[in-house]
Amino acid sequence: MHPAPSVIIFTTFSGLGFGLLFWLGIGAITPVGWMAFIWFTIAYLAAVGGLLASTFHLGRPERAIKAFKQWQTSWLSREGICAVATLLVMAVYGAGLVFFGTALPLLGWIGALGALATIFTTSMIYAQLKTVPRWRHWTTPVMFLTLSIGGGALLAGQVTEAVVLLVLAGALQIYAWVTGDTRLARSGTDMASATGLGHIGTVRAFEPPHTGTNYLMREFIHVVGRKHAATLRVIALVFGFVLPVVFLLLPFSHIWGAMAVVSHILGVLALRWLFFAQAEHVVGLYYGKR
Amino acid sequence: MTQLPKQTAKKLGLVIDLDTCVGCHACVISCKGWNTENYGAPLSDQNAYGADPSGTFLNRVHSYEVQPEQGTAQLIHFPKSCLHCEDAPCVTVCPTGASYKRVEDGIVLVNEKDCIGCSLCAWACPYGARELDAKEGVMKKCTLCVDRIYNENLPEEDREPACVRTCPAGARHFGDLGDPDSDVSLLVAARGGFDLMPEQGTKPVNKYLPPRPKDVMPEFNVLAPFLEPVATTGTGFAHWLDKTLSALPGGSK
Repeated sequence: MHPAPSVIIFTTFSGLGFGLLFWLGIGAITPVGWMAFIWFTIAYLAAVGGLLASTFHLGRPERAIKAFKQWQTSWLSREGICAVATLLVMAVYGAGLVFFGTALPLLGWIGALGALATIFTTSMIYAQLKTVPRWRHWTTPVMFLTLSIGGGALLAGQVTEAVVLLVLAGALQIYAWVTGDTRLARSGTDMASATGLGHIGTVRAFEPPHTGTNYLMREFIHVVGRKHAATLRVIALVFGFVLPVVFLLLPFSHIWGAMAVVSHILGVLALRWLFFAQAEHVVGLYYGKR
Repeated sequence: MTQLPKQTAKKLGLVIDLDTCVGCHACVISCKGWNTENYGAPLSDQNAYGADPSGTFLNRVHSYEVQPEQGTAQLIHFPKSCLHCEDAPCVTVCPTGASYKRVEDGIVLVNEKDCIGCSLCAWACPYGARELDAKEGVMKKCTLCVDRIYNENLPEEDREPACVRTCPAGARHFGDLGDPDSDVSLLVAARGGFDLMPEQGTKPVNKYLPPRPKDVMPEFNVLAPFLEPVATTGTGFAHWLDKTLSALPGGSK
């Protein structure tokens, strides 16, 4: 799958933003006045910035408003609705803290649940796809949730929770990689089933349908992005999980905290690159590629 | 609505004969020709005369080499377009309702005015049947020539998809696959028509007919019994050369 920067930025920063909104919503920290303004600005910049980035990969971004209609079947539609509803609820909750210095716990909890729902619906956009066996697995939503809540805890300064969640996320990520690497091969979809010619013999793509490339090959077959996969996995693990946990376990200082956040964001960006670049769409089989 | 209809009155679709297809790509050209100037946005090309040409096509012909365990490899030309699946995953993922499956004939279409170009339907399609047009930013796909098959301005013989109408080999057939007595259904039954990627659970309407088994010609000559047996011992220069070369170290016996 083509690792589009807009989608990588969207999933990384929206994930963090909604993760932070979750911790703000449940009242793990209840800043007031200017402090509340700063916290909510960070959360909204990440969440809304990510959502805006995601519209850059649309062919017709000016029509994005139409995407809220089909919540009955479409996870993308559900995600849009959850995101907007959560941002509206948390805006009211945030306004209470900023302007009146009061927390409205019920509203906060509703917003926190909305943040979880947003992250979950985002992950289901990928996990629902039978065409990408690597993604169609329980680890996809669980990874998205653990990463977002873990990253949110890191941003919100919830040290113990962040350490536990990041260690868990790192372990889950390794499990997702190890099991995901063979999932296309185990899915039962191969060139024989794609062409229906397997009963004759071994199928080999002899000639593609065109001399150049096309939309399908650009979007779904991304071999170059996988070249440094092994190195990127190590980088993602070290920056995303190992370093932040080490920084958090050191005697507390804001410098270490900031370093942990920056390192974590870099790690998640690398991880999301791999998430898309290594996703093997079954349409590649028609081209004799993965 | 992107909910799929429980059932459709007809299941219009194509039957593609892999035994007959000669890989001439005429269906690709006629498809592009008709569809770039009729239903919906044109099918754009990028850098069409440059070093790296690319463009939107609703129908493409792959070619596969299939190597049996014994005997020579076969070359099989393989046209592929939207299969108008009964359980079309591309329809249900659409966030705007632009993608839909028609209740009356089962054709899967895109309402381009509602399409935001998010590409999710193309991600959900295992067959690569949908392509995002790089110029228009909307999703393009086979319409089964919905603007031909019901078009009373066209002569009756032209009221079928452009690819079927143009195929010089007669490798493409169009009809109602929901009617067990239709010509296409009978053809599928007679020839053992199959689904692509049945394990994906999409229940494609379009069917493919397998290549017929190749004839095996026995090595036989009617004159063989009357011929003198081939001499095993020879004479002359060629025989001497054969013996001499064979005698050399590493020579073939």
